[in-house]
Amino acid sequence: MNKDFSLDCYGLLCPMPIIKLAQKIKGLKVGQVLEIISTDEGMKEDAPAWCRTTGNEFLGIEENDGQYRVYIRKLK
Amino acid sequence: MSDKTTIIVFSSDLDKVLAAFNIATGSAAMNMEVSMFFTFWGLNVVRKEKSSKKSTNWMKRMLGLLNRGGADRLKLSKFHMLGVGSGMMKKLMKGSKMPSVKELITLAKELGVKFIACNTTMGIMGISKEDLIPEVDKIAGVATYLAEAKESKVNLFI
Repeated sequence: MNKDFSLDCYGLLCPMPIIKLAQKIKGLKVGQVLEIISTDEGMKEDAPAWCRTTGNEFLGIEENDGQYRVYIRKLK
Repeated sequence: MSDKTTIIVFSSDLDKVLAAFNIATGSAAMNMEVSMFFTFWGLNVVRKEKSSKKSTNWMKRMLGLLNRGGADRLKLSKFHMLGVGSGMMKKLMKGSKMPSVKELITLAKELGVKFIACNTTMGIMGISKEDLIPEVDKIAGVATYLAEAKESKVNLFI
């Protein structure tokens, strides 16, 4: 998937990926896409939940051998 | 910022305090306004490791000796085992790249979490303002808590 920025959350457990993602996305412009690389399986649920609550767009998640690539588009 | 989370940190158990900070920092990351009220044993989390002056009341002095403050001194509610269990848990957490309570305090402040210390506990236990870490935003009582809790969607007692 196309991305503008990438965030490495390798090895981090909840709530750290969500906190890092929230901090990182502040620096993005509306419409830009952030990729989060995580090994935390909880992100499968937490990333869409974060998007629902904060009003950003959850584009999808790619799973590959215990590694997750989450894609989020900043909407506001 | 519109939705609010309020958390009463009553316990000074390491495990419970970690859960409280997990939810607090998580809420802040969800763009929520967060207040943490530290009361009774929970006040130890925001106390400095050394108290400024000894109380003249012998009971308060004794409590001060037994109930030491400081985020690094917190014990697990289970398997503390004279510090061995808590030490091992801290090691496991470090191995999992999890922040310590001290680091969580810094992180919570960076995310804009408000720290409120309970004045009643301070009065009973003989803890002065100088005994609290500078991260504490204000000292207040139940009305402050209720005013914030009334507006909060998430409200926890830990």
